[in-house]
Amino acid sequence: MSTNTAQTTAGTARKATKSANRSSAGRSELKTALVFIAPALLGFLVFYLYPTLRGFYFSLTQYNLLGSPKFIGIDNFVKLGKDPLFWNALGVTIEYVLLNIGFQTVIALLLAVLMQRLTQSTLLRGALLLPWLISNVIAAMLWFWLLDYQIGLVNQAMEWMGLGKIAFFADEFWAIPTIAFVNVWRHMGYTALLIYAGMQTIPKYVYEAASIDGSSEWNSFWRMTLPLLRPVLAMILVITVTGSFQVFDTVAVTTRGGPVNVTRVIQYYIVQKAFGEGQFGYASAISVVLFVILAVMAAAQLRLLRAGESDLA
Amino acid sequence: MSTIETQAAEDAVRKQRRRNFSPGKIAAWAVMIAFLIVSLFPFYWMLRTALSTTRSLPSDPTSLLPVDFTWGAFQRVLGLGTQEQAIAEGGSGASVNFFLYLRNSVFYAGAVTLGQVFFCSMAAYAFARLRWPGRNVVFGLFLGALLVPPIFTGLPNFILIKNLGLLNTLPGMILPSFLMTPFAIFFLRQFFLGINREVEESAAIDGAGPWRTFFRIILPMSTAPITTLAILTFIGTWNDYFWPFLVGNTEQAKVLTVALGVFRSQTPAGSPDWAGLMAATLLTALPVLILFFAFARRIIDSIGYSGSK
Repeated sequence: MSTNTAQTTAGTARKATKSANRSSAGRSELKTALVFIAPALLGFLVFYLYPTLRGFYFSLTQYNLLGSPKFIGIDNFVKLGKDPLFWNALGVTIEYVLLNIGFQTVIALLLAVLMQRLTQSTLLRGALLLPWLISNVIAAMLWFWLLDYQIGLVNQAMEWMGLGKIAFFADEFWAIPTIAFVNVWRHMGYTALLIYAGMQTIPKYVYEAASIDGSSEWNSFWRMTLPLLRPVLAMILVITVTGSFQVFDTVAVTTRGGPVNVTRVIQYYIVQKAFGEGQFGYASAISVVLFVILAVMAAAQLRLLRAGESDLA
Repeated sequence: MSTIETQAAEDAVRKQRRRNFSPGKIAAWAVMIAFLIVSLFPFYWMLRTALSTTRSLPSDPTSLLPVDFTWGAFQRVLGLGTQEQAIAEGGSGASVNFFLYLRNSVFYAGAVTLGQVFFCSMAAYAFARLRWPGRNVVFGLFLGALLVPPIFTGLPNFILIKNLGLLNTLPGMILPSFLMTPFAIFFLRQFFLGINREVEESAAIDGAGPWRTFFRIILPMSTAPITTLAILTFIGTWNDYFWPFLVGNTEQAKVLTVALGVFRSQTPAGSPDWAGLMAATLLTALPVLILFFAFARRIIDSIGYSGSK
């Protein structure tokens, strides 16, 4: 008791000297802080803020990279509304996102629950994480080979099972599901680990109580684990959906938008317009639309899933 | 008081678990093992193909062992074999500047990692410890940059790099992420906030200024998170494709990921040089895989951290 008081007094004394110090050193801390953040601030202003503002400006111009941008108001956006390839790109991207996120989230949840229940082994978690460590380009190449029509292992196995071959990347129906699959393969372990980490924040007593009450694993999952995970899942969904909308690498090294236009996803279309066809202003307008879609989706997801609140509190 | 009850509860749970060790658990393990195979087997197939002869691959496409074993594919990629040998084994015979791309990748990923980690820890210190007006506003702005998709800043940044005359150079590739990324600052600030202030205060009483505190106390006390961040940044940058693809598309400036994308189209119209392609992907992935095996636990633990907090 008395030691406590002594400590408090000492604490107050220290605080007093500190605040005295602070008022005299207040100005110099600003100076020091400016030096400390100068490089990062420069990087932020030049490579984040400036290009963001410039991106909006370019979207209102006609610009072919050679001359200087010519202001044309909202013409690009009007043109966009009537561009069937843009709407196609949007549709294809949404199809991709739905397949990618749908399968990825369900599989990752399953893997996370299995990890939680079966083993805490780091080795196992590491093995599941391995695909995430290699680049999109390598994952795409690897599956391009495994899914090759002629001598790819998967088609060989399917033929052996009597299912017949599928030209995965070259088939109009299968191309987008195939690209979605490659990215599910690369991300499922990573997403599972994110969910698994979220599960560790659920106190053990919740499960124990349920177990004593005789609740089955299946029930515990739907009644407790999933609702309690909601804030974590909301954050993970925002991150994965945002990333998924920007699919580019896999398309660029495998199908390059084809066959016909079925894999011309939105980011691929932007790059093609900007660098392939020199319509930089128009490409910027599409990226403004992408930006707005992502911002609205993130806000909607966080609100729908009430990410800020936890049922535990 | 509650120890006994907890003990009883734990026993009950354990009993329940033991009773569950039956069809359910076996099925669960079966599913888990299936996913492990799906995750790992493609890596084996990469190696198996890289050690095969491309020309012989069609003769036995399902063999679990390399078909017509050879180191030829690796020699092709590394530019060690002769052109005749390469063509005989099913390669294109075109030369691949593997070591040039490797050097570019090492510089790109290395420089971005060094710069980003150092400058972001400085900024994170200013956000976590120094008191200055506007601190929270600036931090909020920095975090806001997380919301902007890379393609959106990518186009104007391309123009900027072009106007600076740095197109197709390593500095042009490195510059935009050399000074900061919002994630790195956020990540480090969290750790700096958790460092006990008492140590710094006693250092301040001994007359240490902010620089000495930063270099002598903050940095040494944060080697674990800084190493983790450095590893994650290096792997991420090494795997980067989109930005290097935009600004580093000449032979001299290509990094490995960009070069790989082209490697596929280099092969003549027929069937690609699969063995060569797999050898190249394997070599490209190797540094990351080595880093992972060296720091696996740290990387795995960091994912929980960055994801849930």
